[in-house]
Amino acid sequence: MPHALSPSPEQDAATNVEDSYMTDAPAAPAEETEPSEPADSQPLPTSNGLENMFDDDDDDDEFSSSAQPQPSSPPPYTGAPKPKFCTPDILHQFYTRLFPFRPLFQWLNHSPTPQLDFQNREFAFVLPGGAYIRYQSFPTADLFRKQCIQMTPERFEIGPQYSLNPRDRKQVRKASAFRPVMKELVFDIDMTDYDPIRTCCSGAQICNKCWSFITMAIKVVDAALREDFGFQHILWVYSGRRGAHAWISDKRAREMDDTKRRAVANYLVLQMSNDQGKRTGIKRPLHPHIDRSLKILNPYFNSTVLDTQDPFASTTGSEKLLALLPDKGLTTALQKKWDSTPSRSSNQKWSDIDTLAEAGSLSTLNGKQLVDAKQDIRLEYTYPRLDAEVSKKLNHLLKSPFVIHPGTGRVCVPIDTRTLEDFDPLSVPTVTELLREIDEWESGPGQRMGEEERAKVQDWQKTSLKTYVEYFRGYVAGLLKEEAKVVKRERDEDVRVEVGAESMEF
Amino acid sequence: MLATRPTPRIDAKKRAVLNPRKQQFAQAQWKEQEFNHRMNFYAQPPTGDITIEQFEEWAIARLKILAELESCSFRNRSVEETSEYMKPLLATHLPLSQNSSRSSELHVERKKDHYSHWILRLAFSATEDLRKRFSRLETQLFRLRFLADDGRERRDFVESLGLEWEKVTEEEKVEFGEHLRAASGCRRGEEEIWFKVDWERVPELVEGRRVLLRGGKAYVHVREQTSMVVSEFSRRLDNALELCARALPRLDEDARLSPILTHLSKSFTAPDAAYSSSDSSISGATITAGSIDMLSQHFPLCMQNLHRELRKNSHLKHFSRLQYTLFLKGLGLSLEECIIFWRKSFKLITDEKFQKEYRYNIRHAYGDVGGDANRRGRGYTPYSCQKILTEALPGAGQSHGCPYRTFSPDNLISLLQATGVSDREVLKNVREDVGKQRYHIACNRVFESTHKNEIRKVKDQSLWSASELDTILHPNTYFKRSFLLKNLGKLQAGDIGVDGPTDPVAP
Repeated sequence: MPHALSPSPEQDAATNVEDSYMTDAPAAPAEETEPSEPADSQPLPTSNGLENMFDDDDDDDEFSSSAQPQPSSPPPYTGAPKPKFCTPDILHQFYTRLFPFRPLFQWLNHSPTPQLDFQNREFAFVLPGGAYIRYQSFPTADLFRKQCIQMTPERFEIGPQYSLNPRDRKQVRKASAFRPVMKELVFDIDMTDYDPIRTCCSGAQICNKCWSFITMAIKVVDAALREDFGFQHILWVYSGRRGAHAWISDKRAREMDDTKRRAVANYLVLQMSNDQGKRTGIKRPLHPHIDRSLKILNPYFNSTVLDTQDPFASTTGSEKLLALLPDKGLTTALQKKWDSTPSRSSNQKWSDIDTLAEAGSLSTLNGKQLVDAKQDIRLEYTYPRLDAEVSKKLNHLLKSPFVIHPGTGRVCVPIDTRTLEDFDPLSVPTVTELLREIDEWESGPGQRMGEEERAKVQDWQKTSLKTYVEYFRGYVAGLLKEEAKVVKRERDEDVRVEVGAESMEF
Repeated sequence: MLATRPTPRIDAKKRAVLNPRKQQFAQAQWKEQEFNHRMNFYAQPPTGDITIEQFEEWAIARLKILAELESCSFRNRSVEETSEYMKPLLATHLPLSQNSSRSSELHVERKKDHYSHWILRLAFSATEDLRKRFSRLETQLFRLRFLADDGRERRDFVESLGLEWEKVTEEEKVEFGEHLRAASGCRRGEEEIWFKVDWERVPELVEGRRVLLRGGKAYVHVREQTSMVVSEFSRRLDNALELCARALPRLDEDARLSPILTHLSKSFTAPDAAYSSSDSSISGATITAGSIDMLSQHFPLCMQNLHRELRKNSHLKHFSRLQYTLFLKGLGLSLEECIIFWRKSFKLITDEKFQKEYRYNIRHAYGDVGGDANRRGRGYTPYSCQKILTEALPGAGQSHGCPYRTFSPDNLISLLQATGVSDREVLKNVREDVGKQRYHIACNRVFESTHKNEIRKVKDQSLWSASELDTILHPNTYFKRSFLLKNLGKLQAGDIGVDGPTDPVAP
């Protein structure tokens, strides 16, 4: 069983958590944290499981038989049954054996040796009790790892690098001296934004059919970031359940201020209706970015939307479609045809538009207008729907790669864009699977190796996490190489640009 | 020297040739400024000599322009309206002709523009607030003029700035083809010139997808250049003002300039209205003591307030009386009529008391007695808005001053409603203006709303020129304009020249 550890260290560890936590962080922002001790932790005000707080029943902990008794019952989550993936047990194992701390550190630090990029970086921990602890920072990767193992956060989020160590933020006179200085540019694509146009699932559910929307979005956004903005170091990460995040580590991107981030976000966002809810067509002639996106998305429209999702088959769906077409004559004709021949598929209905339009007799029809309207519809049903707010601010906190999603237990793995089409969110390993895989390896291939060899194999290499970690390491290596070049170049040049102040010559 | 340099220390080597005039055969070492273009980034401080009078005059002219510009922005006028409005004003105070016009005044005009900018820079770099205002207004003025420039001159000017914008080459244009045109929304007939810059320099254009982006470079169409040039101007000016503020304490100069500079920065609150008698009196409408009540509907709020107080209490305290008397004088009320007016208004006191305590005062204000020789025969000039706004606040029992300043917003609103202003929009805007301490703007707003129809008629029929409708800075101007507007039909065109009658104030 994964719980190879004996109970006592677990218990000791749990009881010692509070002490060790305090020593690690002397200026610990005690006022904003609830004690991390599971026994005493209070749920966040937002949770409503207060009545169950001191309930001693262990709910659906499937490992309760072999699991050592918990120090005390962890309080339940907000109404929902306690997810089985986020017991401190499992998390402890995960952080000890599987989580790739060193590559993560290098990725955030932009160099092998610790520097301010990492040391003044904010981390926010979400503990199993529901507590949310902000402004954590660490001088080295090892201390970071230690803290995670002790606190076993359900997940943690990454924030910006600040002008001072976040733990010292209260020690400056002027509040404005503590401010965010640098952070990767991030994007967030969430499937719930696609609910108006997907027919297979809704809300938190996801399947392979609708995952295609995310694939489309990644393609379009990636192309724009690389070709238009010239960014090279873009990491796409599965968000654990129903979306993806992008992290751009180019130096130019990291140093952008809020205005520029907003500019990039709005460049990518396509507004189809204005504030009053009225539909506004996209400006013609199409901007090259939109043009390129359309070209990328057209095949997906035909396959994913028309064939798989089939949104226009239903009456409501086809009404929506008709509302988007410009010509009254055409829409009435189409409505008639569809009323008389029910159960036409979206594919058929889509081609109907053109057939009826060409049939002539529609005097008011403007050919160009129809073409434009059809393009607009295609974009409406395929263009990426970003959560722009995430990208606009320097100080926004975003979930880190490789943490476990508490609802599904899946690890937030990076998505290899070279094999983007093959990515299947439902086959991303869950933490329990991974822990099981370690055991299987120990008893399987591990047995066949010699002592030394076996010791050299790291735990993550024994599991299906291997490919993802290797991809990540490769990505980070590329990033570090680039950074080293930049640093060297800056040191060699020493350019000071003088703007404005000209001295008088006498 | 007038200029403040970022590094005020002069190189020891250069000290010897500092003043060429003292060295008989020394070459003039300073750069005589050439103004090759109509537009100016004001990078070099002025180097020539000008007289003190010119110093003051030019600065005041520019100040007036900036103040008018500010009032336009407060009234949310559109770009076209503002430029229309400012055109005649600029032509009067700060003209700037194109290179193509063969005006001989070219150099002088540009010199005046250049010097006045630098003078005001001195006056307004002291506090953060002044710097921001100055920078914002100068940027607006720059943009206004830049847009008014013709294409070729504009291009020449921009080139001279050396802003390091790469021009897009012909090969690149071919390579990108339609994309360039589509991205920039090029219409037929527009010049096909683009510049290549790092996208970080034009985030607003990127945000709106108005430029082509490739590999981190933005391809900006020449017409978007305006916004880039203007923001560059603004940026440089802000930097320079910072430096100026730092250098200010080290400014070594004689005591001739500081009073002028302080006066200038004070005038920024309410620009100086030079009062001239022709501004206010109206011939053909004889004003008597009895007509004051009727005419009071045309008074600005400050005077209406005084009038009401007077009628209510049959008394006014000294400063109130002074303010009101001078105003009445400006209306064209003769001394005798004025004395009769006050006697009747102070109906609760005896003749003897009036004669002893009040009559002399009125005569003094009119210049009939006392006063210094300068003013004899003419008395004091009626207070302008600026004067009223900068004198001491009224205390208990006193009612002088500007009600927009002295009344609390709620009392102000109720007073306005009592005088007949009921438009909620106007009242709301007045409240905002007062919150921002723009009292004369509030007063102007009220004027515009109460005379909305008349102003519209006058504009539509072009009866009045734009300068007759610019910001009111003097209570008497308010009265006169109000009276004329409301009596448009009754006065014959010949009788009253709207610029003011040529007869002097009735004695």
